[in-house]
Amino acid sequence: MSTSTAPSREGKGPETRAAVTRASVGTAIAAGIAKWGFIAVTVGLIAFFVITEPNFRTTANALGMLKYIAPTAIAGLGVALAMTVGGIDLSVGASAGFAVSIAAYTMVVANQVGGVAISVVLLGGLLIGAINAVLVVIARIPDLLATLTTMFVVVGLKLIIVDGQSISSQMTLQDGSTAPGKFTADFLWLDRGKIGIIPVPVIIFLLLTALLWFVLQHTRWGRALYAVGANAEAARLAGIRVSLYRAAAYMGCGLLASIAGLLLAARIGQGDVSAGNSLLLDAVAVALVGVSVLGAGRPNAWGTALGAVLIAVMVTGFTMVGLPYYAQDFGKGVVLLVALLFSFTFSKRRTVVVAGSMT
Amino acid sequence: MTIGLDSISPEKPHLEGGDQTVVSLEGVSVSYGTNRVLESVTASIAGGRITALLGTNGAGKSTLIKALSGANPNYSGTIVLDGAPVRLTSPQVASRLGVATVHQKVADGIVPGMSVADNLILTDFASGGRRGLVTERTTLERAREVLKTLDLPWSDRILRTDAGRLGISDAQLLVLARVLRTTPKLLILDEPTSALTAAEVERLFVVLRRLRAQGLAILYVSHRFGEIESLADRVLVLRDGVLAVDVPRPFDWHTILEEMLGRPTELQQGVVDIRRGERTLLAVRGLPVLANAAPLDLDIRAGEVLGVLGLLGAGKTELAETLAGARPMLGGSLELDGTPYAPARPGDAIEAGVVLVPEDRQAQGILPGWSIAHNTTLPFLRAFSSALGVLSRFREAGRGDSVIASLHVVARDAATPIDDLSGGNQQKVVVGRWLADSPSVALLDEPFRGVDIGARREIGATLRRLAADGRAGVVLSSDVDEILEVADRIVVLVDGRIVLDAYADETDRATVVRSLLAIASSDSASADSASADSGLTPTGAGPDGSIPASGPGPVPDPESDPARNENSR
Repeated sequence: MSTSTAPSREGKGPETRAAVTRASVGTAIAAGIAKWGFIAVTVGLIAFFVITEPNFRTTANALGMLKYIAPTAIAGLGVALAMTVGGIDLSVGASAGFAVSIAAYTMVVANQVGGVAISVVLLGGLLIGAINAVLVVIARIPDLLATLTTMFVVVGLKLIIVDGQSISSQMTLQDGSTAPGKFTADFLWLDRGKIGIIPVPVIIFLLLTALLWFVLQHTRWGRALYAVGANAEAARLAGIRVSLYRAAAYMGCGLLASIAGLLLAARIGQGDVSAGNSLLLDAVAVALVGVSVLGAGRPNAWGTALGAVLIAVMVTGFTMVGLPYYAQDFGKGVVLLVALLFSFTFSKRRTVVVAGSMT
Repeated sequence: MTIGLDSISPEKPHLEGGDQTVVSLEGVSVSYGTNRVLESVTASIAGGRITALLGTNGAGKSTLIKALSGANPNYSGTIVLDGAPVRLTSPQVASRLGVATVHQKVADGIVPGMSVADNLILTDFASGGRRGLVTERTTLERAREVLKTLDLPWSDRILRTDAGRLGISDAQLLVLARVLRTTPKLLILDEPTSALTAAEVERLFVVLRRLRAQGLAILYVSHRFGEIESLADRVLVLRDGVLAVDVPRPFDWHTILEEMLGRPTELQQGVVDIRRGERTLLAVRGLPVLANAAPLDLDIRAGEVLGVLGLLGAGKTELAETLAGARPMLGGSLELDGTPYAPARPGDAIEAGVVLVPEDRQAQGILPGWSIAHNTTLPFLRAFSSALGVLSRFREAGRGDSVIASLHVVARDAATPIDDLSGGNQQKVVVGRWLADSPSVALLDEPFRGVDIGARREIGATLRRLAADGRAGVVLSSDVDEILEVADRIVVLVDGRIVLDAYADETDRATVVRSLLAIASSDSASADSASADSGLTPTGAGPDGSIPASGPGPVPDPESDPARNENSR
């Protein structure tokens, strides 16, 4: 065995050394795959599209991709936040959709300016998060079931408020009159504005990622959140108010989901009643990818952002090479599967924190 | 370490029944990565014999068991079973070849929600079963067959109950009966008594002695020398992955201990320099520790180590958790340093300087996947962060380093994940977490459970330094010798009442044990006389100084204690 890394000892048969070497090389490879595999997949995919598609390798396209994926990424950050305390939030898509309709309702029907709409939407997001917190933390309903229920309630509530319709300016209201308001320019700036060459959604996405990363990684509150997810009883005995942190995580998630909804509303420019429907699965997927990236083994902000970037790269790249839209879900599924393999199968780490581990 | 050979009648070498080698290991080695943890072990295990396996944490005991039970097929060397070389590639293969293992965590072998009978015949379900149709009648019939292997007189009513509600000792017997049904040649028991009371241990030993008489080869892994002295026919000691000792009865414990620890050691006969605390630091007044127990008074004094001895269900964990704010007070009042103290949650207690090293390291102590440094700083994050809440990695690493240094934790550095440490070293980290911030009262609940003697000494020494520094150390344990080894003052707790409160030089092991057992067997008269004999007045007994009659009562199963489940959610 020329590549033997085991310290050779006297009196060992060659087969012993061989076994030792095989084990250590195998472990090292597995650890390497777990840590770098996902990055390699992303880089490889980007390289492939850069080489084959001239349109792909422009700054405009790169920014466009980030802008496209920003709402998904931000909702994914919310899911990651809920996952830090060992929970999950399945209501993020519904919350974002709720935000779209509420923003439209506030501006178009209630004839308010964008600032008011934003405030109402953010409050709504916090409220949905608070409901989830009450259901999970106080009523002790398992997180999957509680947030699934919230999802239905929120979607239903949205439909009741808007009478099941998409809200657009100049639409005819129930009483026959025309809607007085419209999407105001300051609100639309959320999507169309730029600072330098960078679109506002990209800036919001990156700022929120950096903020969440900093809080989780470098502040005592972030440490406490992770502690609750890693071992709630140990955290409690260490003096951490477990219930408060779990509640805070759900409320933060609701807030992030509503920010995702604001960006969607500004992009669509009307209160599309179906907006946000497809957001949930992507958001959960990117948060899960985040757990696996760099062998982190726990939900984290930059990993989630990277997962979102990968989805953007795939969707854009596949579209450019002419893969039909209906094949893209398949692509996402395969990538998620690969990510999960990295997290669970190749990783030696025994403690991957994921949804449902609290129950 | 007091081995207390006087209290255990050493049994004669067991001669009847063949002395045939059932299993022999020839040059068995195991490596994890480049780290060789088992080094060419050659030994044999005989039928009709109980072979004890000793070793400190990280010595290779678990590794050897894993190789023998098929849990780790990546071993080299040869294992010969009944004269034929075998390759134990999986637990299923090992089981088919006649190696049965009962693991330390009994709960892992039980499926809660299924009946006791279903659990007894669990392997039938796994193997596809002889019949597809399972009726209650056939289930009970087959379960009774399984019970016969241990002659357990369990009624049909017990067989129908949810196995999750069994006490840990009954659950262990269930698992034992189940594996014995496969008529194994070798039975491996990994720390089988770590969660049992004295009476339950005795019951298990009766079963094991009978199995030995039937010719079974038993490999018995334990940290408890007293048990091995009373049970084993042969002792194997592993040290750093090497078989250091392989001796038959009679055992020379000095030599065995020296070999196990790898350095000459004196058998400690309890604490030599007994300290008497002058000042009451934490006063407990009229606190019922259990729902149906009488109120309890206790003075925890600065400058001494108090040892609270209590069996499972005596209320010692409840006492510790109440004082640390982890459990609501059932009544009475507390005073800390002269001022009223009523911790509503653990954070209040920590702020007041009362800390708890919890009983269950895995479930309540460590943060898996976290570095040593981050494991040590968790309760004191505020002290390691700026006003804006930003943590200082540098100072956190410093705390990790100081815990590693003061408790001699065996680890590369403070950035090492705690999962990479042996059990004893993990425990040192958890103890270090709580003691590093100079608490005024340190409560350690079963700090020595599953911890090797080296780690145990280290923890004991740290605690004694704390007391010497004018603070109060409290060790709560169900092991008499652990208490005698570390405590200046000994309090014995039975059914939530204090039946003995004495300094170590005012009492002796026999008195302590007697006070524990006399009451536990509901003989309050003899308990009174036991304490009268030693000239001690039990504090915390009834108002008139009498000890309320106690029944032998069932041992509460910690798993089914609703208050605990409440808290661990």
